[in-house]
Amino acid sequence: MSKEKYIDDIREIREMMDKSSRFISLSGWSGVSAGIFALLGAYIGYRNIYVDPSYSAYDRIVLSSENWWTLLLIAITTLLLSIIFGIYFTTRKARQNNQPIWGSTSKRLVVNLMIPLIAGGILCLMLLMKGYIGLVAPMTLLFYGLSLVNASKYTLSEMKSLGILEIVLGLVAIQFIGYGLIFWTVGFGLLHIIYGIIMHFRYEK
Amino acid sequence: MKDLNKAFENKIRLGIMSSLVVNDSMNFNALKELLDVTDGNLASHLKTLESNEYISVKKEFLNRKPNTTYKITRLGKRAFVKHIKAIEQLLK
Repeated sequence: MSKEKYIDDIREIREMMDKSSRFISLSGWSGVSAGIFALLGAYIGYRNIYVDPSYSAYDRIVLSSENWWTLLLIAITTLLLSIIFGIYFTTRKARQNNQPIWGSTSKRLVVNLMIPLIAGGILCLMLLMKGYIGLVAPMTLLFYGLSLVNASKYTLSEMKSLGILEIVLGLVAIQFIGYGLIFWTVGFGLLHIIYGIIMHFRYEK
Repeated sequence: MKDLNKAFENKIRLGIMSSLVVNDSMNFNALKELLDVTDGNLASHLKTLESNEYISVKKEFLNRKPNTTYKITRLGKRAFVKHIKAIEQLLK
């Protein structure tokens, strides 16, 4: 047997291990729905904080303890709705692919997504409590991006590009603290919708 | 050289073993899609691995459709690792 055959075999082994350990049933629609909920959430949130939008370049916001809770409630509702619809669309696609929704590949994906995400979530709650409100939007983007990059090894590789975009957006947002909500809306709303549509046309057509 | 395993000389069998070593289990359709082979071709290679007791088979019904899942056995895992090590030796 020639050496080339075995080099080829090793390459085949690597490729199959890599390909088979990815969860490929993430639906593009879950990206689109998450994006729409983010846009709605951001809009409702905006109406709540900027009671009197003055159209000046830099709106100063003051959070009373009352709208602090409203804002948190909006954020949690948005997150829950995105997760519920994401699971719904993904279950549907997994059934089409005859892939288990809660198999080893999806478990690995979720675990690797959740570790940076939970760390970021806790950090953001701490920042909120200490009053560093301006840092929260950039931090959610940054940690969400890191989570996506981390999890992308276990699903379709486009997730990595989305993650990098979110990281860049988060870092830029730190430079423009007053515009957190705008960056947040672009990152969680627009990017999700664009990503979802791309994924839909690439893999679900 | 003697550690090289005849059962893993074939590309498809090599692919089956590689994916089962990193996944708890895989069903027939997932393997078929992954390896891009016909039903008959895949079934015959799975049979070979099964008769060597390198993989175990479980047949069940999922939403009233037959679903066959495959797992790597301890013997299979050992044989596969040995085979990879033999290739690495050979390539040194």
